Amino acid sequence: MAKKESSLKNMIISLVVISFVASLALGGIYSITKEPIALAIKTKQENAIKEVLPDFDSLYSYKLLPANGKDSLGINQAFKGDTLVGTAVATYSNNGYDATQIQLMVGFLPDGSIQNISVVQQKETPGLGTKMKEPKFKEQFNKKNPAGFILKVKKDGGQVDAITAATISSRAFCDAVDRAYQTYQKKGGK
Amino acid sequence: MNQLKNFTKGFIKENPILVLLLGTCPTLAVTTSAINGLGMGLATTFVLVGSNVVVSLVKNSVPDKVRIPAFVVIIASFVTIVQLLMQAYTASLYDALGIFIPLIVVNCIVLGRAEAFASKQGVLSSAIDGLGMGLGFTMALFLLGSVREALGNASVLGYKFYEGDGILVFILSPGAFIALGYFIALMNRIKKTT
Repeated sequence: MAKKESSLKNMIISLVVISFVASLALGGIYSITKEPIALAIKTKQENAIKEVLPDFDSLYSYKLLPANGKDSLGINQAFKGDTLVGTAVATYSNNGYDATQIQLMVGFLPDGSIQNISVVQQKETPGLGTKMKEPKFKEQFNKKNPAGFILKVKKDGGQVDAITAATISSRAFCDAVDRAYQTYQKKGGK
Repeated sequence: MNQLKNFTKGFIKENPILVLLLGTCPTLAVTTSAINGLGMGLATTFVLVGSNVVVSLVKNSVPDKVRIPAFVVIIASFVTIVQLLMQAYTASLYDALGIFIPLIVVNCIVLGRAEAFASKQGVLSSAIDGLGMGLGFTMALFLLGSVREALGNASVLGYKFYEGDGILVFILSPGAFIALGYFIALMNRIKKTT
């Protein structure tokens, strides 16, 4: 087949046809993957809750506006039978090194101490700030009650060991945990 | 054209990063670890093969003056398809590579091969060219990522071989330039002797 001439008509037709086919293909793929994507996001959230709380069999979730911040936090109260076994707070910080919001899931036991923390989303510097996901850093919060544990890095007069060469990321992590605790306390620790 | 030669040229003779110096932006950004380099390389390979085949198929029905916008639409569609599929079926890999996937669309290698090769050659040659170039790109990214991870984080594929921190500069951007510079020098040396 000979090469099409670059007349106005030919140019418009070929671009319209290509864009049309491309949009059909994308629309098709989008509708196929829509459900699996929603499911994957939901599973991720649920796995994060399971990771930070002791065994539970039912959840009661609601949103609550934090004392310091614009976006509301997701509070997930976990029950085993009728007893409250813990509360998972989906929290965030905008003070990370990357503009992307840092999102954490912080699990509190009924006595107010931190059970575990899971990193849901972060895009800090690979190899430096991303170490917040490693046990060495985040497990220092476990079993600590923020009532007697200052949620700031040591440089700022707190009690948290910052990640080497990633003080900003460490600060943002503390900021997010602190926001979770403040909001959790606002509801009387429930 | 000899198809085997067509396939292998992407590795040494016309390696997209180390010889043609195309697509160095994602190269420098993602190679902080070996696994990131590998994932980015494979995703790019998929897009490269797909866009090369389609461009080669439509090359005669697209007028010359609008070929670049046409190619860009085709490439962008493939990238979006890869992104949606990865998000749906390989959620954990998507989390690790999420920000880098849309970057493939601005990768000069993909448009470069569409323009320089696929718009002039048959479908089979274009597919093999895309595969060879993509795997050459993957190889360069994987090697660069391994070296930077080993020096900067003292680990290989995520496994620590030395407790403590590595030479931090290799994880950061200046280290990427230093490592890439040495790789290009090494490549020139290899090309001279063969």
